[in-house]
This record gives sequence, C-alpha cells and structure tokens, in this order.
Amino acid sequence: MFEFLGVPPQALFGQLLLGLINGSFYALLSLGLAVIFGMLNVINFAHGALYMVGAFTAWLMLQYLGIGYWPALILAPLVVGLFGIILEKTMLSRLYKLDHLYGLLLTFGLALILEGMFRHWYGASGQPYRIPDALQGGRNLGFMFLPNYRGWVVVASLVVCLGTWYAIERTRLGAYLRAATENPVLVQAFGINVPRMITLTYGFGVALAGFAGVLAAPIYQVNPLMGSNLIIVVFAVVVIGGMGSIMGAIVTGFALGLLEGLTKVFYPEASNIVVFVVMAVVLLIKPAGLFGRER
Amino acid sequence: MTTHTQTAQNKPPGSVTGGEGLLTGPVRTVLAAVLLVLLLAAPFALYPVFLMKVLCFALFACAFNLLIGFVGLLSFGHAAFFGGAAYISAHTVKVWGVTPEIGILLGTAFAAALGMVFGLLAIRRQGIYFAMITLALAQMIFFLALQMPFTGGEDGIQAVPRGRLFGVIDLTSPLAMYYTVLAIAVLGFLIIWRTVHSPFGQVLKAIRENEPRAISLGYRTEQYKLAAFVMSAALAGLAGATKAIVFQLATLTDVSWQMSGEVVLMTLLGGMGTLFGPVVGAALVVTLQNYLAATNLPVTVVIGAIFVVCVLVFRRGIVGELTRILKGSRG
Repeated sequence: MFEFLGVPPQALFGQLLLGLINGSFYALLSLGLAVIFGMLNVINFAHGALYMVGAFTAWLMLQYLGIGYWPALILAPLVVGLFGIILEKTMLSRLYKLDHLYGLLLTFGLALILEGMFRHWYGASGQPYRIPDALQGGRNLGFMFLPNYRGWVVVASLVVCLGTWYAIERTRLGAYLRAATENPVLVQAFGINVPRMITLTYGFGVALAGFAGVLAAPIYQVNPLMGSNLIIVVFAVVVIGGMGSIMGAIVTGFALGLLEGLTKVFYPEASNIVVFVVMAVVLLIKPAGLFGRER
Repeated sequence: MTTHTQTAQNKPPGSVTGGEGLLTGPVRTVLAAVLLVLLLAAPFALYPVFLMKVLCFALFACAFNLLIGFVGLLSFGHAAFFGGAAYISAHTVKVWGVTPEIGILLGTAFAAALGMVFGLLAIRRQGIYFAMITLALAQMIFFLALQMPFTGGEDGIQAVPRGRLFGVIDLTSPLAMYYTVLAIAVLGFLIIWRTVHSPFGQVLKAIRENEPRAISLGYRTEQYKLAAFVMSAALAGLAGATKAIVFQLATLTDVSWQMSGEVVLMTLLGGMGTLFGPVVGAALVVTLQNYLAATNLPVTVVIGAIFVVCVLVFRRGIVGELTRILKGSRG
C-alpha cells in the first residue's frame, strides 16, 4: 500500500469522511442560519438547541410512540419547525424594531432554557439511537470502507442543501423571499404577506436544524449538549463564509469540515481550533467573509 | 426587520438609558460613602467568600458593560479574558511562586494582550458579527485551556496558594482577603467611572449613538473602539485573576461560553449603560445561583428564563427602570 506524506490512505480517507460528515452538519446548520438572518436579521442562537431538540424528538418518537427513523426524518423537522413558528409569533416578532442584538440575546436565553430542560429530564449522558436497518453495514470502495449510514448523511445533506438553494435562487417563491429581504415594505405593497413569510422562513430555517438533528442522532449520541458546542463552530463557519450567499454557506460548511478532517490526520492537537484560526485569517484578509458582502 | 438606519427605536442596547446626571453633587457623594461603609462592614454580617465572589463578578460585569453600555459593542467572548487571566495568575502564583499582587498583574496584562488580539480581529466587523467573532475566538481559548500542558485539562489549576500580599499581609485570613478584593474592585470601578466621564468616554458614547457621524467629525473610531476593548478585557482579566486567588483555582468553567453568557445576563438584568447596574445584576445572579444550588431547580433554565423576560419586557434593567421612574416622578 502506498502512503501519503507518511499517512496510510485508510486513515487519511477515514478522517476525510469524518470531516465530510461534520461538514454536512455545518452546511445544514449554517444554511439555516443564513436563511433566517437574511429574512429576520436575527442570528438564531437557539439553532444548536433546536438541532438537539430535533434529535431528541426522533429519539422520543422511537422510545414512546414506536415511530421509526424514516417517519421521524419528516416528522421531527415538522415538530421543530412548528415550535419555531410559535417562538417567532410569540417572542421574536416583538423585537424586529429594536437593535438586532436583542434577537441574539433572546435566542441565547431560549437555547439555555431548552438545554437546561432536556438536561434536567434526561441527564447529561447520551442516549443511543439505532441506525435504521436499510442502512446497516457498509461497502468496500477499494481504497476505504464506507459505512452506509455515513454515506447517506452526506448525500441527504447535499440534497437538502442544494434543494434549498434551488428553491431560493430559482423559484418564484424564492424570488419573493429575496425581494422581501431587500425591501420588505415594497414587497408588502405588492400584496404579499411579508410577516407571514418571515414566520414561515424562521420555521423553515429551524426545521433544517431539526432535520440535521435527526440525521445526527445515530452517529453522535442524542445528548442535551450536542448542539451548544456545535453552534459556536457554525458561527465561525458563518463568519468565514459571510451570510450574503446561500451557496456560500453550503460550500464553506463542507470545505471546513474537510479541512478539520485533514487537520486530524496531520496535526490532531489543532483539530478543535482550526476553524477558529481560519476565521481569524479570513477576517484579516477579507473581513466581509469569503462569499459575503458588507451590509 | 426593515432598513438598517438608526431611528429613534432602533438604538443600540446601551443607549436605552441616559440618566447618569440624575444623582448629582452631594447626594451622590453621600450615597457612595454609605455604600462604601456598608461594603466595609459587610464581612461581619455576611459570609466573606460569597461577598468576594459578588465583588469579582461585579467588576467583571462592569468591565463588560464598558463595551456594551458605552460603546455599543456586544462581546460574547469575555470569558476568555476572565478565565485566561485566572489561569495565568493561578499558574504564576502556584508554579513560579510569585506574590499574589504580581500574579494578578500578570493575569491582567495577559488579558489586555489577548484583548488587543481579539479586538484587532473583531472590530473589523460590526453588530451581530462582532458578537459571533468574539464568541468563536473565546471558544478557541477554551480549547487551548483544555489542551495546553500547564492548564491541567478538565481539572484546571487547583490548590493555588493565596500567599502574602506584597510579601507581608497573609491572605489566608478571610478578612485580609476580603479587603484586598474590595480595594481591587473599587479601584476597577473608579477607573471605569473616570473613563466614562472623560472626553475619551464622550467619544465612545458618540460612537455608540452614531458611528458614521463620529467618523465625519474626524474621530478615528476604530482606534477608540480598540482602546475601549483592550481596557474592558484588562479589567475583566483583573476580575478573573482576583477570583483565581480568592477561590484558589482556575477551571474550564471560567473560560466557557456559559461564563460569557452569565456576564451578559448580569449586565442586562442590572441595566446596560448604567454605572451601577452591572453591580446590582452581578449581586442578584450570584445570590440566585447560590440559592438555586440548594434546590432541585435547574439553574440554566432559570437563567435562560430571566434572559427571555429581560429582553422581552425589561430591556432597561433594574437600575435603568429605577432611574426612569425617579426621573418621571421629578417631573
């Protein structure tokens, strides 16, 4: 077997796959943040907590209702999205006229409440979630072994990300959405119900987080704190990519996941901080972010 | 929603109150004297360690408030300065064997240097991005504290000797320690008070209210923001370093994002942009945590709920609301 810079290929590709999987979650979550920010000008600090709620919803459905993975993949995001709509209607919508920082503070409080409640009920240890039967096992690709479920996560994330991009950039509804981002007053004057659109956008954004949570449940254990550490990395991803572009969020997410995987191979000690270092470098060179525009 | 122009309703968080000129002249002097006497007498009535914790967090919150309240910058990474300084002073006192005041100074200097680095990066972006960048940078410090050889990983640095202040005063006595902490906190508070009421502080407020206008008047706002950031970081470091000596330990809790969130809450609850608000907020939050620790209620849920209530209905904070009511009653 050949070696690449002293690293056996199995180890290299294995870490790259792990990186790609982390990247799938970064992409899904930063996409949701970007969609929400574009419409509401709110950075949704509760995004990580809602990702955790998505995973827990799937676990609770299986545990108490006997609803399996595939229905949960649809139902859990719906539950999270609905919850998000309630949050937007009752709380967030009161803050739009104020400084945007209040939205951040409010969602931070919500994140603490959600995490605290789940930790109170289910403890800090993780709950295992079984990989669905159809995706058990794996296949040998010749240069590496690919567990089926992990391959599925990458594919599912890519499909949802690209689907969202298509819906926003290439459909009529997406055009309304982009128009309302630019000038809500004018769009409202054309007879489009902008407040409802804002509510639905928030619901959709957090549903993406819930979807990511269900995808993550069989890989990482279902844990009340699974979202909080992830969300800070995702914030860094968002700063690197800049929130101006949907595609930018997706590409940056996957790219940073891969970079993290590579770092694990060549300099494992730095794998936790590599995203933050990249963020610092990007801020020095292009403060608006790689795909961003100053606003 | 809507546009990004600064309208009357769309002011940065700090500017919700403007009532600093309310208590003026002799009234304020008397009040300050009464407060000081109360603080001097407090350790005879209350548990000194609890009081010292309140003082450290009050200073931390005041340092944080210097940024949010008087420059309008929300830093979500102040735990890095607080905890970073705690690690440095704990390490220097325990391993190098320096006296506590040198340890605290080294911790503060480290926080100031770190603040310089963070500040140079973070002031390149505004508003929400500023918060996210400081949070991410602070998380980097958290991972460094977890992994570096001298920080003790999950255990942190424990059993730090309190030692002798200036090589003379034995700090193992709770009273000596308390008065040292009180002196440090009062000193920090006076520095902040002096800064806010200086021409420099006026420029900071101008930046908070309308940065483009401050630029058009010829102020190099970036430099002012950076200076304020470094100052805030150094004072947060002073609080953290002192805390490390008082509790004789520096742990990951001090550098975690939860700690950054706590100081935001203290300031928000007490009143952003008021001088005494953060002190009140810190005292309330620390008391609440002590109280909740004895009950079965989950602390994070309560803290989160206070956050939500403050943001939704109580944005001026306690001191801010009181100031408004007092002002109203006077006409």
